[in-house]
Amino acid sequence: MAAAAAANADLNTMGYLVFGVIATAMAVSAVRVVTTKNVVHAALYLVVVLAGVAALYVQLAAEFIAVVQVLVYIGAIVVLLLFGTMLTRAPIGRTSDLDNDQRIASAVVSLFLLGVLGWALGDAFGWQHLPADGSVQRTADVGNSIFQDFVIPFEVISILLLAALVGAVVIARRD
Amino acid sequence: MHLNAFLLLAAFLFCTGVYGALARKNAVLVLMSIELILNAVNINLVAFGAFHQSIVGHIFALFVVAIAAAEVGVGLAIVLLIYRNRHSIDLSEVDLMKG
Repeated sequence: MAAAAAANADLNTMGYLVFGVIATAMAVSAVRVVTTKNVVHAALYLVVVLAGVAALYVQLAAEFIAVVQVLVYIGAIVVLLLFGTMLTRAPIGRTSDLDNDQRIASAVVSLFLLGVLGWALGDAFGWQHLPADGSVQRTADVGNSIFQDFVIPFEVISILLLAALVGAVVIARRD
Repeated sequence: MHLNAFLLLAAFLFCTGVYGALARKNAVLVLMSIELILNAVNINLVAFGAFHQSIVGHIFALFVVAIAAAEVGVGLAIVLLIYRNRHSIDLSEVDLMKG
């Protein structure tokens, strides 16, 4: 019993170590995404943040979502954003013309929001733990749940994706 | 692991995204900031799914990923149209509806 508890504590320390490294990398990269003076660098820092999110999903035992995150976000959305950068001839290289003149006000707003959210989360969840023996959420369970309980939302979202992509083509084509 | 470790990191990412959406004037960078916000929400959904031992958080996170893909597609199409009409994607110049 004591050995199991010690092993659990070791696992917890290990988890916090991994989490700390990932979280630090994500926080630094997220700040760089919104402050860097280079559009392409911002996209590359965004890749670091998205990969960190995928790593957190693995840590939370959500392996299917981690794979989807890598495929859809890093594989498709970042490439789409880079295409947008290219097609709009955004300044490649350093430029000081990416921020508007309300940086101070934006920083105040977001710091205030962070304070409110931090206080609310600390107040609501305090030091509650995730269940230590959390069973791994298998991909098969995700599939079963989608096709049993969430069939109609799933179909609606496929129609939505189709409509959005057709709409994007219609908006962006030259005629 | 504490639940709040994930929630506070997500809150930080969310606020960074809000700052970026407010302070950037390049439209592509605003879209990137919105991706940060959506990812913060997704971390929350998956963390609560793990907390409550429920699969529903995962399903909602998947739906949010699909919505994000649709959003960035339409958003970039609009940005391209603005660029074609005005030869600039400076959002502070897009003020046609300003009173």
